[in-house]
Amino acid sequence: MLDFFIRYMDLLLPICLLVLGYIIGGMLERRHFRSLKARELRFLVLPAVTFRNMPGHETAKGELVMGSAVISVDYFKRFLAILRNIFGGRVSSYESLVDRARREAILRMKEQASRMGADIIVNMRIETSAIGNAANSRRSVGSVEAIAYGTALVPKRAEISGAASEI
Amino acid sequence: MIVTNVENVPGKRIVEHFGIVQGSTVRAKHIGRDFMASLKNLVGGELKGYTELLSEAREESLERMKEQARRMGANAVVNVRFATSSVAQGAAELFAYGTAVRVE
Repeated sequence: MLDFFIRYMDLLLPICLLVLGYIIGGMLERRHFRSLKARELRFLVLPAVTFRNMPGHETAKGELVMGSAVISVDYFKRFLAILRNIFGGRVSSYESLVDRARREAILRMKEQASRMGADIIVNMRIETSAIGNAANSRRSVGSVEAIAYGTALVPKRAEISGAASEI
Repeated sequence: MIVTNVENVPGKRIVEHFGIVQGSTVRAKHIGRDFMASLKNLVGGELKGYTELLSEAREESLERMKEQARRMGANAVVNVRFATSSVAQGAAELFAYGTAVRVE
């Protein structure tokens, strides 16, 4: 048994990693998406827009807010993406990766804004960069960082109570 | 020091412009973090070490930008932008720039 294992070590190890990546990675991803959905629902009252300024908004104070997240793909999805590289086409495993990173970054920005008491974020920008992947920088993306930043507007006192009663 | 990424400071009037201010920092990750990240790479998910490192570095570059604005006599920085570039293997430059102004 042990002899068999040692002989096929080269083959068995990647397969184990693939299975591990598929099961645990898939589980973690589904959990992350669930948590993203729940938190996005909670922050519907604090919209982020790409307008430069908000017409008719009685602003008391504006301040820069930002959020960032570095997300990496699992071993299995990386393998799929390498296969996909041969034939070309849509790499759905990386689509979900950048989607998760961006949504997480936006949520973190909104968390910071809500701590300030803001009710809207204007001029939101999102940037994505593929840094922090020394382990596999030669070929594939591996991990991406998304940052979201914008200006959080805190309304005057009267506006807060008005908005709260509407909701 | 007020920092925004729109052209004005909401609710306030700009009385004086001072021009561009910038701050940047180059960071590399340490081996321990890199090792943990490569383990985490197997199952995917968030690389907390990197997220922390990058947001710390971004805070640092913002702080340097604010310091420069303060020396000019400004009390706000408007239209702030961020840029990220990887200058070398495993090192990233985080860069923030904006326009220093004085508001009432």
